[in-house]
Amino acid sequence: MTAHLPVLIVVLPLAAAVAVPLVALAFPKAAFAVACLALAAAGVASCAALSHVLAHGTLRYELGGWAPPWGIEYVVDPLSGGMGALITLIAVCVVVYAGPRANGGSAARSGMFHSLFLLLVTGLLGIVLTGDMFNLYVFLEISSLAAYALLASGGIRGTVATFRYLIVGTIAATFYLLGTGYLYALTGTLNMADMAARLTAVVDARAYGVAVVLTVIGLAIKAALFPLHGWLPDAYTYAPAPVTGFIAAVMAKVSAYALFRVLYFVTPAEGASAQALMLLGWVSVIAVLAGSILAMAQQDIRRMLAYSSVGQMGYIVLGFALGTPAALIGALLHLFGHAVMKGCLFLVVGGIQWRTGIYKISDYAGMGRRMPLTMAAFVVAALAMIGLPPTLGFFSKWYLLSGAVEARAWLFVAALVLSSLLGIVYFFRVFEFAYLKTPEAGQGTPPRQELPLHMLAPILVLTAAVLVFGLLNQQVVGGIIRHALPGALAP
Amino acid sequence: MWENVSGYLNYWLAAVLLLIGLYGMLGQPNLVKKLMAMNILQVAAILFFIALAEKTGATAPIEVKGLHDVGAYVNPLPHALMLTAIVVGVSTTGVALALLIRIHRHFGTLEEPEILERMRL
Repeated sequence: MTAHLPVLIVVLPLAAAVAVPLVALAFPKAAFAVACLALAAAGVASCAALSHVLAHGTLRYELGGWAPPWGIEYVVDPLSGGMGALITLIAVCVVVYAGPRANGGSAARSGMFHSLFLLLVTGLLGIVLTGDMFNLYVFLEISSLAAYALLASGGIRGTVATFRYLIVGTIAATFYLLGTGYLYALTGTLNMADMAARLTAVVDARAYGVAVVLTVIGLAIKAALFPLHGWLPDAYTYAPAPVTGFIAAVMAKVSAYALFRVLYFVTPAEGASAQALMLLGWVSVIAVLAGSILAMAQQDIRRMLAYSSVGQMGYIVLGFALGTPAALIGALLHLFGHAVMKGCLFLVVGGIQWRTGIYKISDYAGMGRRMPLTMAAFVVAALAMIGLPPTLGFFSKWYLLSGAVEARAWLFVAALVLSSLLGIVYFFRVFEFAYLKTPEAGQGTPPRQELPLHMLAPILVLTAAVLVFGLLNQQVVGGIIRHALPGALAP
Repeated sequence: MWENVSGYLNYWLAAVLLLIGLYGMLGQPNLVKKLMAMNILQVAAILFFIALAEKTGATAPIEVKGLHDVGAYVNPLPHALMLTAIVVGVSTTGVALALLIRIHRHFGTLEEPEILERMRL
């Protein structure tokens, strides 16, 4: 059983994605249950695989019995296992939040929503677990195609934004594919571990530099790293709430994971990948600041959160670029933390819009009274984004800062601190409207409009996760993340 | 200089197609033309992989009796990979066309400047 865990994590949601639309036609009420069960089962499988890996070492699965490097293999190491657990955690929260009547009512439509959502999760889990460069491309496109369909389901502005994302996303995937082609031409293999062993001999080849550049640009577009983030704000703003909640939380993170996997586990440490990381460091400093400044300028709260995501992606890549153990721990912890926090924030904002139709920050006046629990969750997650102890956001920024100090990169230190201060500005603007301003006179006090339980519960679970994992950060870092670092840096 | 071109003609062709595709996707105001440019970009990647598989004087990778030399067959792996990439390309085009139908029904046009103009209203 344990031997089959890696493939089960991917196959369970995939099989459910095929089954759900059919089930939805025959038994409309069962479809939602099937989707929930499949995701929960994938979550259990991820956690079981992760705990097995932490106790007994890396788990490898040969697909179809073909031994690597000829066949495709799935690899669960602490890094991919942890990512798998994170993706399934958010996925379960979001599918419950979306509820049985997701996407506007009818059984067939909600069946399609759940099917696409499961496909998206399948793609993301596949990217994380695969040990094969080309297989990663295929999963990248599976997740992207499902994401296009989901993002486009939110009205005509969403459709136009999605078409642009589709064009940009295809450029990104094609760049990644060409990069893989160059790497294949150099090494004659597609298996990541095999490729890593063979690449050391060809570090000086000019084609190797081209391969790294193409791969990094492709994945950086997918991760929405400034200045390649153009597709992100519109796509996030006009999509349905559960979709934005999930995609904003994990999709760009998975691309960041792929970037980390390629630059630290496949390509040799010296040569082109070191230069790429140095360049990424400078770019991400700009991303951190630009994302925060653009977020301050927004009136639409969804757009504010989207630009804040651009800035936070800068933090993660900055940690990768610094490359010291503390910085990498900070980057991975922030990758995890930001997924939970931003997922929570987008679910709150989407819920408020669903309930009251409000999405402008200036209309949030009195929201603290109208939806006390929902806004409380927003406050906790926002404080975590700013980086207040004892939330998860504080500890990830702490590790990043100490990593930057360790590397004596003072400009990076300054950028991190400054961007946190800007975060205070744009989140406190929301707090001010929600709690201190009262709605205009003459309308009376608006009634309490708390969200229904199935929407509120996932929000509160994610809020609790922000606090609990913050308090348990020592265990998370020592137990999982330290073991997820690449070989040379691991303890 | 000339050897660099003539010896690698198929790669140069792929590079030119890649640039044509990129130019079309970024420069064309019409959404259908953007989509066609996207297909050109994907074809460039496919041709690049197929060119990698080629060997001078080699035959198709189907076993010929008595011919056991690996060098006598072209590399079948890039072809197999590109079959998958073609499927991905077709699916992407399908999704994109569905989006375009929806956009056209709503706006009655597929010219990007006009659509942006109407969305601002």
